[in-house]
Amino acid sequence: MKTGAKILVEGLLKQGVTTIFGYPGGVVLPIYDELYDSPLQHILVRHEQAAAHAADGYARASGKTGVCLATSGPGACNLVTGIATAYMDSVPMVALTGQVPTAMLGNDAFQESDITGITMPITKHSYLVKKAEDIDSTLGEAFHIAGTGRQGPVLIDLPKDVVTNVAPDPGPQAAISLRGYHPTFKGNLRQIEKAIALISEAERPVIYAGGGVIASDASAELIRLAEQTLIPVTTTLMGIGAIPGDHPLNLGMLGMHGTRYANYAVTECDLLLAIGARFDDRVTGRIQSFAPNARIIHIDIDPAEIGKNKQIDVPIVGDSKMVLSCILDRISSQKARTAWNEKIGNWKAQHPLSIPDDGLLRPQLVIKTLSDLLNGEGVIVSEVGQNQMWTAQQFCFKHPRTWITSGGLGTMGYGLPAAMGAHFARPDLPVFDIAGDGSIQMNIQEFGTVAQYDIPVKVVILNNMYLGMVRQWQELFYDRRYSYTELPSVDFVGIAKAYGIDGMRVDSADGVREALTSAIDTDGPFVLDFRIHREENVFPMVPAGAAINEMIGGQNK
Amino acid sequence: MKIHTLSVLVENKSGVLSRVAGMFSRRGFNIESLAVGTCEMPEMSRITITVNGDDVQLEQVKKQLNKLIDVIKVSDITYREHVRRELALIKVAANPGSSRAEVMQIADIFRAQIIDVGSKTLVLQVVGDPEKIDALEKLLRQYGVKELVRTGTVAVLRGIKTTAGE
Repeated sequence: MKTGAKILVEGLLKQGVTTIFGYPGGVVLPIYDELYDSPLQHILVRHEQAAAHAADGYARASGKTGVCLATSGPGACNLVTGIATAYMDSVPMVALTGQVPTAMLGNDAFQESDITGITMPITKHSYLVKKAEDIDSTLGEAFHIAGTGRQGPVLIDLPKDVVTNVAPDPGPQAAISLRGYHPTFKGNLRQIEKAIALISEAERPVIYAGGGVIASDASAELIRLAEQTLIPVTTTLMGIGAIPGDHPLNLGMLGMHGTRYANYAVTECDLLLAIGARFDDRVTGRIQSFAPNARIIHIDIDPAEIGKNKQIDVPIVGDSKMVLSCILDRISSQKARTAWNEKIGNWKAQHPLSIPDDGLLRPQLVIKTLSDLLNGEGVIVSEVGQNQMWTAQQFCFKHPRTWITSGGLGTMGYGLPAAMGAHFARPDLPVFDIAGDGSIQMNIQEFGTVAQYDIPVKVVILNNMYLGMVRQWQELFYDRRYSYTELPSVDFVGIAKAYGIDGMRVDSADGVREALTSAIDTDGPFVLDFRIHREENVFPMVPAGAAINEMIGGQNK
Repeated sequence: MKIHTLSVLVENKSGVLSRVAGMFSRRGFNIESLAVGTCEMPEMSRITITVNGDDVQLEQVKKQLNKLIDVIKVSDITYREHVRRELALIKVAANPGSSRAEVMQIADIFRAQIIDVGSKTLVLQVVGDPEKIDALEKLLRQYGVKELVRTGTVAVLRGIKTTAGE
C-alpha cells in the first residue's frame, strides 16, 4: 500500500517526467513532502502562472509534456492564464492542482475553487480524482490525452484526502483505452491522391505551414516537399522554424505583420497547401479576401479546424508528418513554375524587411545582431507585442522548437517563465527571452527563480517606455491619443542586481553588438536593457479587417 | 437555418453534461432543447440535442462535440428516418362549468391525459413531437396556462438501426 502522494510522484516518474514547476500550499503538502526525497526535479517559481508558462516552454522546446503543480484555490486559479496559453497553441501539458478534501468539496471551504469548472473551456480534458486508487490510471490517461492527437493541456484536481489515503501499488502503467478518443493519424489515401493532383496542376502554389508542423516534428518532410516541388513556403507565427529562415523557398511569416512578399504570394496563389495551420484571423485578415483565387488543401490533425473559417477543397485529417510522408512517397517530379518563382523573387527584392541605418537604436537591429551572433542557433523565447513581432521578422531561425512564443492567446508575461522552462528542456542551448518593458513587468518576479537556480537565461528588454504595440495602434488608429500606454522609466539592471543577476543598460546603436556578446559570454543569467527608439513601429502591418495584401508600411525602404 | 436533431452517446460520468452544454455556450451555438438520461448501456448516457443552425454551423457543432473526450458518438439523425417525442405537463385554468369541459375536449382531441383535477385547474400530460405540443399550448393559452414544463425532445431511429451500433 502507498499513499496517493507517493503514487502520484512515482506515476510522474513512470511517465518519464524529470522536471516539474510548482508552488506549494496547504492541501498539496503531502505531495511536497513526497517530492522532498524524490529524484523528480521541482523548480520553485514565484507565481503559479509562471509554473504553467515554464511547463509550456519546457514542452515546446522538448516536444515532451510539461508538468506544473499548484495548490487549491488561488494557486490553481493562478495557473489559468498559463493553461489557456497552452490550450490556444496546442501545447501538451499536465496541470496538477490540489483541492480541499472530498468531504468539504462544494462547501466554499478555505482555499477552495472549482478549478475543473473554471478551466473546462481551456483544457483538452480534466479530471477530479475521487480515490487514491484512481491516481495512477488518471495520470496515464492525462499524459496520453495531452500528448497525442491535437495536443493540449489536461488538468488533474487532487483533493487532499485522495493524496493522503493509501491504495495498492498500481504496478506498471496499463495500456490506455478511451472509448471516446481516437485521433486520426493517417490521412485518407483518396484525399491525398486528390491533393497530389492539385499540386501537379497548380501554376502558382504556396505552402502555408503552421504550428502543427512543429508539433508533429514534420519539419524535414515539409522542407523535402517544398524542395521537390519548388513550392515557396510561408509560415505562421507558430510555424516559424519549420523551414530555415535563410532557405531560398522561405517567404517568412504571413498575416498581420507578415512580409509583403508572403502576403502577396498568398493573395495571388492558385493553390494553397495549408499544413497544421488554422486560418487564424491574425493570419487571414479579411477572410473573404484570403487566397481568393486558390483551391485549398488543408492537412490538420483536428477535424474541427478543417472548414472552420474557410471553405476547403481537399480536407486531409491526419498527422502532418505522416500525411506529408505519404505525399512524398507518391508525388512525381514537378514542372518548373518559372514565371511564379520569378514573380516572388521580384517581390522579395522589392520589399525586403530592412532596418533604417540612421544611427538610432532600433529594436530590429538588436534582434538582427543577436541572430547574426548566434548564427540562428539557440532558443529564442519572446514576450508579447512589438518585441515578439520584431523577433519573428528579424531572427533567422534555423531549427524547429527554437522559437517559443504565445501565439494564440498573446499572453504578456509569458516569455521569462517560458524561457526558464525551455532551459530545462534544452540545457545545451543558449536561451534568450526577448521582452518589452511592459511584458517583462508582468512576471518580473521570476528573476527570483532565475537567480535561485542560476538559470542562464539572457533577458533582452527592448525598452521604449511604452506598451509599444498598443501605442502603435493608438498612433495609427486612435489619432495618437496615447491613453494609458506610457510607462515610466524603470531601472531594470537595478532590479536584476537586487535579485543577484548581472545586467547592462545600452543607450546607443554602437553598443548593441558588444552588449549582446557579453550576454552570450556570461555563464549565468544576464539582463540587457536596450533603450530603443521610442516610437518605432512594426511594419508591414495589415490593419484589422483589411485583406492581407492591403498592408501599410514596410515598402521599398 | 433548420432545427437539427443530434443523438449523442456519452460516458455516464459526472460533469459530462456540463462539458457538452459548456461547449455550446462558449462557441455561440444555440441549443433549442436538450434531454439526457441513461441508455441501454449502463456505463453510457444518451443526450438528445436539438440545435438551430445552417449546415456549416452544424458541421462545427458535430466536430466540436466529437472532440470532447467523454463523447463517444455523435449522430445527426435530422435527415434519417426517426421518431421524435417530447412530454409536456400543462396546468390550465379551468373553472367548473363550460371552460373546464372545453379544455377536456381539447385534451381529448390531442390525446392528452388529464392527470390532476383541482378546484380551478386541470393538469394535462401530452406526448408528441414538439410542434404538436406547441399547437396544444397555443390553444390552451386562451383559458390561461398557469404553468408549463417540457422535457425537451428525445429521438430514436426507426427500424433496426441504432445510433450506437452503426
